[in-house]
Parts: sequence; C-alpha cells; structure tokens
Amino acid sequence: MARAAVRRRLTGPLPWRVAYLVAARAETPTSRTLVLQVDGWPGHRPGQHVDLRLTAEDCYSVQRGYSVASAPDGERIELTVQLLADGEVSPFLVHDYAIGDPVELRGPIGGWFVWDPADSQPVLLIGGGSGIVPLIAILRTRRAVGSSTPFRLLYSVRTPDDVYYRDELTGNDDVETTILYTRSAPGDSTRLAGRLTADDIGGWRDTHPRAYICGPTGFVEAASRLLVTLHYAARHIRTERFGPGGD
Amino acid sequence: MALVTPGFRGRRRGSSERLPPGQYLVEDFPVLSAGPTPDVRLEEWRFTIRSETGSDHSWSWAGLLALPAETPVVDIHCVTKWSKLDTRWSGVSIDTLMAEVETGAEFALVQCYGGYTTNLPLADLLDGRAWIVYRYDGTDLPAEHGGPARLLVPHLYFWKSAKWVRGIQLLPKDEPGFWESLGYHDYGDPWREQRYAGD
Repeated sequence: MARAAVRRRLTGPLPWRVAYLVAARAETPTSRTLVLQVDGWPGHRPGQHVDLRLTAEDCYSVQRGYSVASAPDGERIELTVQLLADGEVSPFLVHDYAIGDPVELRGPIGGWFVWDPADSQPVLLIGGGSGIVPLIAILRTRRAVGSSTPFRLLYSVRTPDDVYYRDELTGNDDVETTILYTRSAPGDSTRLAGRLTADDIGGWRDTHPRAYICGPTGFVEAASRLLVTLHYAARHIRTERFGPGGD
Repeated sequence: MALVTPGFRGRRRGSSERLPPGQYLVEDFPVLSAGPTPDVRLEEWRFTIRSETGSDHSWSWAGLLALPAETPVVDIHCVTKWSKLDTRWSGVSIDTLMAEVETGAEFALVQCYGGYTTNLPLADLLDGRAWIVYRYDGTDLPAEHGGPARLLVPHLYFWKSAKWVRGIQLLPKDEPGFWESLGYHDYGDPWREQRYAGD
C-alpha cells in the first residue's frame, strides 16, 4: 500500500488574534454578552462560531468554542456565554472577565450552520436555551441588510427568566416569533408549559423553509425528528448541537 | 508564549498525557451532527466498498455480523475540544473487509445514510486502526451516536468516524468530504491539532 500523499495546504492557518473586552451586559441571571474588539477581524457569516483560548499566569491554557451573536460589524463581535455551574471557562467569562482585558480568539469557523442573505428561501429558526445565540446572529443580519425573506422563530426556554434578547425578539414585527416555556409559563400565556410539539410548529411546511435548529442535544434531536415526521425535507434541516459536555 | 488573560486560573481537571493539545476530558458522550438523525432499517442496510475501477464488495447486516468481531478500547477526540478516554466498541476491522478488495487506490471517501461524507488516506483505515462498529459500551449503537453502524478511526478527530456509514469509495485522488469542504482540516490529526484548513 502506498503511503499517504503529502497533504496540500489549501490556505494559510487560521491565526489566533487578540481580542479585548470593550463592553458586557447580562442577558439573564446566568448569561452574559461579551462585546469584543478583534484587531484584524476578517468578518463572519451569521451562524458561525469562534474559538477562545484562555491562558493562566503559569501558561496553563484551555480552548472553547462560542457562537457569534452579532451581525457582521467591522472588528466588533458579540458572544453570549451561558454559565455552566460545573464549567471551567464559563464561570470566568460570566463573572470575572473584566473590561479592557485580552483573550485570544480565532475564527470564523463553520461553513454549514450559516445563513446567506442572498438566499430567498423562507427560514424557520428553532432554538432551545442558549441555542438562540447563532439564531440571533441570523436575525440581526436579516434586519441589518433589510431582507424581506419570510422568517419564523420558535424559541424554547425553561422559564420566563431564561429568555435571552427578549425586547429585541418581541419587537421584531416582521418575524413571527413564538417563545415556548417548558417548565413554567408567564401568567398571561395561553399555552401550557411543555416541550415543543407538532402544534407549535403548525402549518409552515407549505412554504418549504430551510430550518436551522440549535440547542442541547436532546432538544435538537426531538425538534429535527418532529420536522421529519411532519414531512419537512431532511436536506433542508441544518442542526447545531451543544453537547452536555460542552462548556 | 501565549497571551495571559488576567485572573484566569482554570480548573486543571482531568489533565492526562493521553489528552492532545487544546482538548479537555469529558465523562459523558456529547452528540454532534449537521442534520437530522436518519432512520436506517436493518433489513435494508448495506455496506459497500467500491474500488477505483467500479467493482463493488457489499455486505448485508447479517453478513457484517457474521464476520469476526473485534472489541477496540480507544480514546476519542472531537474537534469541538472534548476527549473521552477508554471508549469500548464492538465491530469489524476494515482490514477484514478490505481483505476481499483488490485496489491500488490511496484515498477513501466514506459515505453515509443521510448524505454525510468524510475523506481520509486509505492507509489510515488499515493496519488495525479503523473499524465498522455496531456496539458501544455493551449495547447496540444508539442512532444518535451513528447506529446501526459507524466508522471508528480514533487516531483522527472524531468527525472522521462517520455516523450511519453505508460505504467507502476508493479513489486514486483525494476528494474532500463534508466538513473538509467547509473549512475543517483535510487530515485531522489531534496530536498535531489539525482542526481547520491550514493548521
């Protein structure tokens, strides 16, 4: 058997860049949006993610991936980080990472779970928990470019306290937005708390949308199976999962 | 010298010489895939190796299970940074399947139910380094982890260990698969941290 050929380098390596925290805000009691200035940032497509590398004084370092929450905007990007109580990185980013401090970042990464503003196919976004983050990047890009492509958002959260970007989502007049509560719904809600069902998805199949589903594994598995059961075309369903081991 | 982020200490849990650079240990088994989990019926399941000349070698589900089984215990490394040690599988070595195949090809394009593909040098599938596995940790392989059968190539990042595998196309030239066409590294050696194109 011949040896493997020497690998060609199609592109240069994706460089680590230095990013600085220029602003931050809490989205919920357990999540924080980081606004980063990334010198030399080449721009991103909505839905893509970045890798962060954090290094301690003694050179111990770790890497984690986070979805970009913002629409393309020069050298600024926003990430929203969900606190995982048992996490190694998220407690630092949510509680301790201070304005003006640097972090290493590389990206953008991922060419599949992305939306192209030139694409006129209707879009069905389904987010579970912090899986809303790449979806808000898609919604923000749609608004920024003035797209009139039909959009619909189903956003599943445990309780009213867990909703990210609430004002922005509910103020989006031309996107049909439904927030689904799985544990406890607000008092004025007409829908009982519970998991995503076929009734929630309704009759949108006739528009032949492309679906983007992001969230924890069990949620994505259930939502994508539901769409397949409702005869949505599997080739038009794109998924991104935050495994339980993610941080 | 990497840039220090002030105040960051890290947990340093689970460091190990078996952990490639940039990875961290998990105890659970995260799931990652690009689309819905396909339903694959065992009665219709086939695994086909197509040589570069177009000749096919094909196995039914019963045919695969009739072949000698191996029980690799291996460490797996996902490009999304998690690693899991001592994972236990049952399946058939690619060497066993390739024993029947005449080929001079150097490359393989792995094909899956649901349309996923991944590419690698054929040499990386041989010499006891790759399997078609159908059991994980003592039970039938669950669908979300690639059941009924997936490829297992643990010395490369785990996106090469394609779920819902249905065949291997042998090729004289390298042809990029799904993630390899979308910015991920063509080869994907975790010990050289080959995550993305150009790494």
